Amino acid sequence: MDEAMSEVLLSLKHISKNFGEGDVLSDVSLDVKRGEFVTLLGASGCGKTTTLRIVAGLETPDTGEVILNGQDMTSLPPESRPVNTVFQSYALFPHMNVEKNVAYGLKVRGADKKTIAARVKEMLELVQMSDYAGRMPAQLSGGQRQRIAIARALAPQPQLLLLDEPLGALDLQLRRQMQIELKRLQKKLGITFIYITHDQEEAINMSDRIAVMKGGKFEQLGTPEEIYDRPATRYVAQFIGRSTILTGKVKHTNGFSAVIETGNGSFTVDSAHAKLTEGEMCDLCVRTERMRASKTPVEGFSLPATVREARYAGGSVLTYVTLRDGTEVVAEGVERMADAPNPGDTVYMHWNPAQAAVIGGASYGA
Amino acid sequence: MAHKSALRAADTRRNALFVLPMTLFAVVLVALPLIYVLGTSLVQSGQDFSFGATFTLQNYKSLLRTDYLMVFFNSLKLAFLTTLVSFIIGYPFGYCMARAGRRWKALLMMLVIIPFWTSALVRIYGWKILLQGSGPVNGVLKSLGLIEKNIKFLGSYGSVLLAMVYCMISFMILPCHSAVDKMDFTLVEAARDLGSKPWKAFLDVTLPLTMPGILAGCVLVFVPSVGIFYLSDIMGGGLVLVGNLIRDQLLKVRDWNTGSAMSMVLIVLTAGIYLVYRKSGGDDLGVF
Amino acid sequence: MANKRRKKRKIFSPIYLTLVLIILYLPILMVVIYSFNSGRTIAAWQGFTTNWYTRLFNNALMADALKNSLILAGLSAGFAGVIGTLGAIGLANGHLKGGSFIESLATLPMMIPELVLGMAYLAVFTAVGVKLGMAALVLTHTTFCVPYVFINVKSRLVGMDPAIEEAARDLGASPLRVLRDITIPLIMPAVISGMMLAVAMSIDDVVISFFVTSAETTTLPLKVYTGLRSGGTPEINALSTLMLAAIFVIVGLSQLLRARSDKKLYASKQ
Repeated sequence: MDEAMSEVLLSLKHISKNFGEGDVLSDVSLDVKRGEFVTLLGASGCGKTTTLRIVAGLETPDTGEVILNGQDMTSLPPESRPVNTVFQSYALFPHMNVEKNVAYGLKVRGADKKTIAARVKEMLELVQMSDYAGRMPAQLSGGQRQRIAIARALAPQPQLLLLDEPLGALDLQLRRQMQIELKRLQKKLGITFIYITHDQEEAINMSDRIAVMKGGKFEQLGTPEEIYDRPATRYVAQFIGRSTILTGKVKHTNGFSAVIETGNGSFTVDSAHAKLTEGEMCDLCVRTERMRASKTPVEGFSLPATVREARYAGGSVLTYVTLRDGTEVVAEGVERMADAPNPGDTVYMHWNPAQAAVIGGASYGA
Repeated sequence: MAHKSALRAADTRRNALFVLPMTLFAVVLVALPLIYVLGTSLVQSGQDFSFGATFTLQNYKSLLRTDYLMVFFNSLKLAFLTTLVSFIIGYPFGYCMARAGRRWKALLMMLVIIPFWTSALVRIYGWKILLQGSGPVNGVLKSLGLIEKNIKFLGSYGSVLLAMVYCMISFMILPCHSAVDKMDFTLVEAARDLGSKPWKAFLDVTLPLTMPGILAGCVLVFVPSVGIFYLSDIMGGGLVLVGNLIRDQLLKVRDWNTGSAMSMVLIVLTAGIYLVYRKSGGDDLGVF
Repeated sequence: MANKRRKKRKIFSPIYLTLVLIILYLPILMVVIYSFNSGRTIAAWQGFTTNWYTRLFNNALMADALKNSLILAGLSAGFAGVIGTLGAIGLANGHLKGGSFIESLATLPMMIPELVLGMAYLAVFTAVGVKLGMAALVLTHTTFCVPYVFINVKSRLVGMDPAIEEAARDLGASPLRVLRDITIPLIMPAVISGMMLAVAMSIDDVVISFFVTSAETTTLPLKVYTGLRSGGTPEINALSTLMLAAIFVIVGLSQLLRARSDKKLYASKQ
């Protein structure tokens, strides 16, 4: 019990927030472990920024508690929380040079000059910006401002660093590079990160755990692998990666595998995670890169389809097919155009049952 | 955007404290005097606005005299003409300024602002020197052989209008300039690309897009123009404007009640224009 | 064809700008030139002299008017600076109840003819028993100067990224500290330009001053006004020239300061 307590750094308990036009957050709870990299992922307006701002103290929740290190911080103002934020707009102080920006958090907390100078130097080295100490923010590029914002937030040695879409304003290449650097930084310093993004690839690449948010609630909380391979809801399945969702009825199940019947035919699924009961409706989610189109029928699957088009996509071929009821499905797997089926051919769709997610029971339709 | 500045909002008590001095000034030195003027305009002639006073609409009714109405009409006409001429001269100026090079722009801006900072009186005085009977303008015209006798510029309607435009034109140039400056000129290029002639592109794209600036300029010129009185005084010519009328009521006739009624009409007129402008989505007029 | 047209515009634009600027400055130049006219009136040029300046400097009444104008402008701009800035900070987020009403009321003097305001002040001051003179001048000038500071500062605050102040709080600064370290330095250029506008407005005001001043307290523009109504003398020219010189220096300095701070804050990345 004690050990579990100390392992959890931050815990949000039943947080709700309403700005007067419906709930922005409703009953959100989250435990973040020490040293963990947690990402809040969701489309804009899902409540992720509000969650972050509540942790920072920039917003007060209507109900619920924010607990850090076992202490209730819910009503503490932002300046009294050992938490720092990297803002989406960077929010560097435009009238202070880089050095003064990074020093600010230490200065207001009353650190002496020597300590400040040493810490600023260390931080600038950490983000590889030592040569820019005397520059004004306006003289920096977007990527450089980003580094300074991170250095400034890390300088007061926060227990928890909050990052609000920090890479959103950067171009793709710089973003990929910064993803790697941020992850390296987090590992090196061992600081807990809560990270916001709407970019699922970024979330999967960097996080220890991802919370997918929608409409002020967590849709799913889990490791990137869990989120990707076992989406708990249809929304998660659609939001992350490209996949085909097939809806059908559970024909019969033995607890480990089940046969699902759809309008397009039937197939067998692994149902150990889904706890399906016979006769109920469920969704099956298959990732595009795991969907296969075979020229001959495959055992356990009876999903014939007509090929519309096969297109080379660099490294693999995407096969666009239409199921009997008109559902359009994309399959991957063939590596050369020469092996791809021709338009008009009949193919049989299949996949490795262990790699498909079943969304049934209470989660169905969510 | 719902979380725009929650922290600033959270400091409601501090904010209220900060606004307090301004509120005091606004109530004591803006609202109170205006209420007093309103009150004075509603009591019988010769009485002060107090509890014992007799209330009447007589002061307003007494304004419905042909000569008074003509004065109001003349003031509005002069203000309108001032606005129109300011626009005709000021808009192209603001436009050219915005399209000038970056270095020139700063210099031009300074050159436009400096006269605006100098006393209107002094500048009008300069015109008086220029336009007087034996002044430089007549001198130049004579030496060019264009005229034989000195023209009497001062006192003419034109000279008053000139002085008005001269004093107000900065208020037109600056908002027009900033509107043109903010405009995305690739839109004009797009219109040209689609086959529009330059003047057509200007009418279809530039003019509508810079309309907020034009409107702001017009309000900024028109509203003060209605109330100004000393310019026509200095330029001579005896043009009677609302301002002169009110001043005479106060200082010569000493009928404060009628003067107040006139003032109320003037306020309703100018504040009304401003309100209509703001309600129809006009920009904040803090262009300076 | 298109080239020719572009050329035409290239020629038209500078010519037009120059022409308007000449017309804008010609009267000012006249005032300056005629301040050196040895004639007793402005009617004709009769030779060069600096006599009027010497007379001006020896004129105790003028010195008094100058002193009054400077004190008045200084105090009004100072008070308006504090009141308008505080008001702008308090109202910038729009969450205060009745805020927009107070804002409209406080900025109303910009939209009301000076004459009406002047008479309203005279009426109320007489009714309530406020003594006319310097105190009344400062009160009224402060009132019509507040909007210039307020609007300038508020638009600066509204245009500011709220995250900048939040970042300071986030880094451990108390609300008061944020005000001192972040908000005030960032709005300072707007405060100063608003106050300079206020100085210009106060030092230029005739109408309101005319109503609320006493016989003993006169200001420069009032002096100029009475001088002009009686036809104008070269002494008035000399006085105006000095006022012009002062304003050129102030504007020049402020532009220089602004250019320097802009360079520091908004230097391009290249």
